[in-house]
Formats: sequence, structure tokens, C-alpha cells
Amino acid sequence: MLIETVLSRIDYIVTVILFCIGLYALIIKPNLIKKLIGMNVIETSVYLFFIASADVRLGPASWQWAGPSEIADAAQAARVAAGQVALVNPIPSALILTAIVVSISVTAISLALSIKIYEHYGTLDTRKIMRLKG
Amino acid sequence: MDMVILAHVIILIFLVATALAAIISRDLLESVIIYSAYSFTITVTYSILRVVDVAMTEAAVGAGISSVLFVAALCKTKRRED
Repeated sequence: MLIETVLSRIDYIVTVILFCIGLYALIIKPNLIKKLIGMNVIETSVYLFFIASADVRLGPASWQWAGPSEIADAAQAARVAAGQVALVNPIPSALILTAIVVSISVTAISLALSIKIYEHYGTLDTRKIMRLKG
Repeated sequence: MDMVILAHVIILIFLVATALAAIISRDLLESVIIYSAYSFTITVTYSILRVVDVAMTEAAVGAGISSVLFVAALCKTKRRED
């Protein structure tokens, strides 16, 4: 019973674990590149949360949607026509598709800034950068 | 147990393991390569959850371009984390 409950929510559990790992890297790790990897892990965990909320067990994916006449199985076609079949929600996948492109832009800008910081200060360690002046 | 659920659980365990390894590793190049493996693993997760459009975009952008950008940034800076 407990195992079934955990298995049906395993995506959300992994989402929380990944968020904590990314947050740890973002707060504790002094290196800027390592902080960026942690930020990417956090973003991916949020994507996984959205995608998991879209998933309906045993329902057809959005690209498998077809009219009742195109479904070979007669009983399944009757269920689809009656609106009794759960379908995977396409809206979160469309949102996440946009968010992935935004995240790669954020990563590119942050890496460019990190390179500039390294050229200026000679280090990527935030503890040393905080101590330096000018 | 359903085989798909079993595969899903194994992939998710591997996902957490790769995320931890990418964070813990001291060598930044090693960390970036493990992060690339993490991206491919989450691509498989998206495929199991049946959102193939997001899976294809993540494989191209997250695992491909992102790793190239990180490695290019590492070439311009230091490889060791200290």
C-alpha cells in the first residue's frame, strides 16, 4: 500500500530531491561554474515537476490522439467517444519547451559573465572575489 | 511489478546519482561531462512520461549545446576547482 503510494508519486519525490541537490550546489559551492551546474539541476527539477503533473497513467500521449474512427480497437474507440479515457495534458509540455530555450540562454549569458569575471579577477572562487577590491 | 514502472524507478535513481556526482566532483570538466549524462538520463525520463517533444528538445539543447558552452567556458578559465 505504502509502496504503491510512493511509486505513484515517485516523480514528485525525485523532483524535491533534485531541487535540494541543486540548491545545495547553488549555496554551498564557491566555484561559479559549479553554481551554474546547480542552477541547471534546479531548472530541470522544475521541468520534471511540470511534466509529471501532465502525466496520466495509461492514457495515450498527445501525439497519439486520434478521432474515434481511426482507433482500431472498437471498445477503446467507444470509450474515447464517450470521454472516459484520460489523456496526457499537452499544455505543460508546450510551456516546458519554451522554458528549456530560456534556460539555455540564461546559461550562456552566465557563462559569458563568468569568463569576464575570470579575466578581470583571475579566479572563479566567490570567496576570493568578495575579498578583492577593484 | 510493471516493467515500465521498474525501468522508470531505475532511471530516476540513476538521475539522482548523476546529479549528486556532478555536484560532488572536484574536477570541473568531469563535472560537466557527468552533467551531460544527467541531461541524457532526464531525456529518457521524459520519454517514459510520453512527452517526446520535450525529450527531443532536451536532448539537443540540454545535453548538446549546454555541454559545448560549459566546455568552451572551461577552456577560457581554470579546470580545477579550488
